[in-house]
Amino acid sequence: MKLDIVVCVKTNPDLQMIRIKNREPVLEAIPFRVGDLDKNAVEAAIQLRDAAGDGKVVVLAVAESNRKVRETVKEVLAMGADEAVLVVDPALEATDQAGVARALAAAIQKIGSCDLVLFGEGSTDNYTGQVGSRVAELLALPQISYARKITAGGAGVLVERSMDESIETLEAPLPAAVTVVSEINEPRIPSLMNIMKAGKKPVEEWGLADLGLEAGTVAPVRTILSNLAEEQDRKHIMFEGSAADQASAFVNALIKEGVLGR
Amino acid sequence: MADILVYSEKMDAALELASKAKEFAGALGLGLSAAILGVDGTGAADAGRLGEVGADRVFTVFDPALDGLAVDVTAEALAQVAREAGATVVLVASTRRGKELAPRLAQKLGAGCVTDVNSLVLDGATLVAGRYAFGGNTVAMETVDTGVKVFAVMPKTFEMGPAVAGAGLVVSPALALQPSTVKLVERRQKDGDAVNLEDAERIVGIGRGLGKREDVDLGRQLAAALGAELACTKGLSDFGWLAEDRVVGLSGAKTKPDLYLSVGISGQIQHTVGISSSKLIAAINTDKDAPIFQLADYGVVGDLYEVVPALIEKLNSI
Ligand SMILES: Cc1cc2nc3c(=O)[nH]c(=O)nc-3n(C[C@H](O)[C@H](O)[C@H](O)COP(=O)(O)OP(=O)(O)OC[C@H]3O[C@@H](n4cnc5c(N)ncnc54)[C@H](O)[C@@H]3O)c2cc1C
Ligand SMILES: Nc1ncnc2c1ncn2[C@@H]1O[C@H](COP(=O)(O)O)[C@@H](O)[C@H]1O
Repeated sequence: MKLDIVVCVKTNPDLQMIRIKNREPVLEAIPFRVGDLDKNAVEAAIQLRDAAGDGKVVVLAVAESNRKVRETVKEVLAMGADEAVLVVDPALEATDQAGVARALAAAIQKIGSCDLVLFGEGSTDNYTGQVGSRVAELLALPQISYARKITAGGAGVLVERSMDESIETLEAPLPAAVTVVSEINEPRIPSLMNIMKAGKKPVEEWGLADLGLEAGTVAPVRTILSNLAEEQDRKHIMFEGSAADQASAFVNALIKEGVLGR
Repeated sequence: MADILVYSEKMDAALELASKAKEFAGALGLGLSAAILGVDGTGAADAGRLGEVGADRVFTVFDPALDGLAVDVTAEALAQVAREAGATVVLVASTRRGKELAPRLAQKLGAGCVTDVNSLVLDGATLVAGRYAFGGNTVAMETVDTGVKVFAVMPKTFEMGPAVAGAGLVVSPALALQPSTVKLVERRQKDGDAVNLEDAERIVGIGRGLGKREDVDLGRQLAAALGAELACTKGLSDFGWLAEDRVVGLSGAKTKPDLYLSVGISGQIQHTVGISSSKLIAAINTDKDAPIFQLADYGVVGDLYEVVPALIEKLNSI
């Protein structure tokens, strides 16, 4: 069986590195990374391709500048994706999920051969879950979200998905759009050798014009009025000594705080 | 007349949305519609309840194509209802099903959309939605700029109002729906674990610092000694060691205990967003640079396999 898979991967700032200054997130000089769940999606794609025995995995990323995506896609190429397509255009600077979905949908059409489109259930920074659903609608694809297991066979996919209170098994014909949750797999860590080899894998770069899209079609349809952090004021008291000493000091502190009775 | 339309496959969530939407509708001079979607009339009885909390009209759609509530057909049905109702605002509950549905619906309606909304207020005539951003580092306040606006609001954001109004007008529009090509093969209940972390006064949270499944017991013993509920990270529930009901964070519970004691948890933002309203945060972790310590009132740099037994012993001795 031949399975051509497109995986949509987003590059986001490393959230652990974000510092808060005067309630504002400081984003300057923060390194970029591929989204966590997007790596799960890439891992799932590699496993599906390998199980099928034929086909390829194309990773697709949309961003306003290639500084953001050039380096980060190397990591997923090193994991085992075959090719990367970058949609890079300064007009994407202010875009939102609706605009990103439009660019992704147009790029998927241009890529052409695609049996399965995979997404993360949500991006690491925004976690809106909008992009997968919007792309599925734009391409009129059957859609299954929150996949925790995907098997391809026959003319379709069998997907086990994790809902709030139930596990559902669904069947969809191909082509289809599927979003994944983190429990689906543990993304592989690429070997040094594969990292070296990834540099030679094909990377295409398209602008919006290459996709027949005008800048206006990716203009945002929502406004962010503010984006502020809550202040945290913590004591930062560390207990030293042996485990028994630390335990005693901790329990005494809890008694003093009134959390524990005497 | 234009309307606000509310929908959720969970009736309690739909009633919460309708109760609040009644207020918005009044202030904005809009009508309030609600939708009930299903296969065979099950749920028709809920139309009365939606009316009682304020829906002027309840659109009921019963169609075999809605079997399994496949997202493509559900979105199509709701889009048709929205047009029929003249909806300019659509509120759905941000359950997993609702969060999947809202953007697909928005795309059909040419609408902007905000998901996982945890506050929604009127500023003049504008609805302003709050949601976490940057994994929980910040709270973003957003407006939608399209003529039709779609918001997916977290369940329990609003309270269900009292039954004040009479039954709404029940409308059963004739919709043209094609069945989805996605077929439901099986649905089974998750192994749930009924726990109310939101209201717990003390919580012990455990993470991947635990080396193996059996060691979850150590967490249980510590929780018992503290009179605390046991919670965990998504990292741990992904292993299947505890039920998802016990996950704290962005995709789990938002807690506000007097004490949150974290054991073997690194403190990544998607977890800590669910603990930052705790009065006191304490942490046990072998790594002195673990981000959890930046948020801790009390910290122990140490091996949980030494510190936790010592702590249990001390707690049981007082
Ligand atoms: C969109 C999205 C949503 C998410 N939502 C959530 C959410 O709601 N809740 C959530 O929890 N996570 C969530 N996550 C996952 C989150 O990013 C982290 O991956 C997760 O919280 C990490 O879990 P952990 O701390 O148990 O594991 P790790 O990050 O692996 O940390 C384990 C820690 O244990 C320490 N340790 C190891 N051995 C010992 C020992 N013997 N004694 C003491 N300490 C030890 C280590 O130093 C380390 O700090 C989400 C992620 C994404 C992308
Ligand atoms: N800029 C982007 N480029 C490629 N894929 C994206 C982009 N933004 C979002 N996605 C995909 O859509 C998923 C959901 O993103 P979001 O709607 O932002 O939560 C992500 O996990 C990615 O798979």
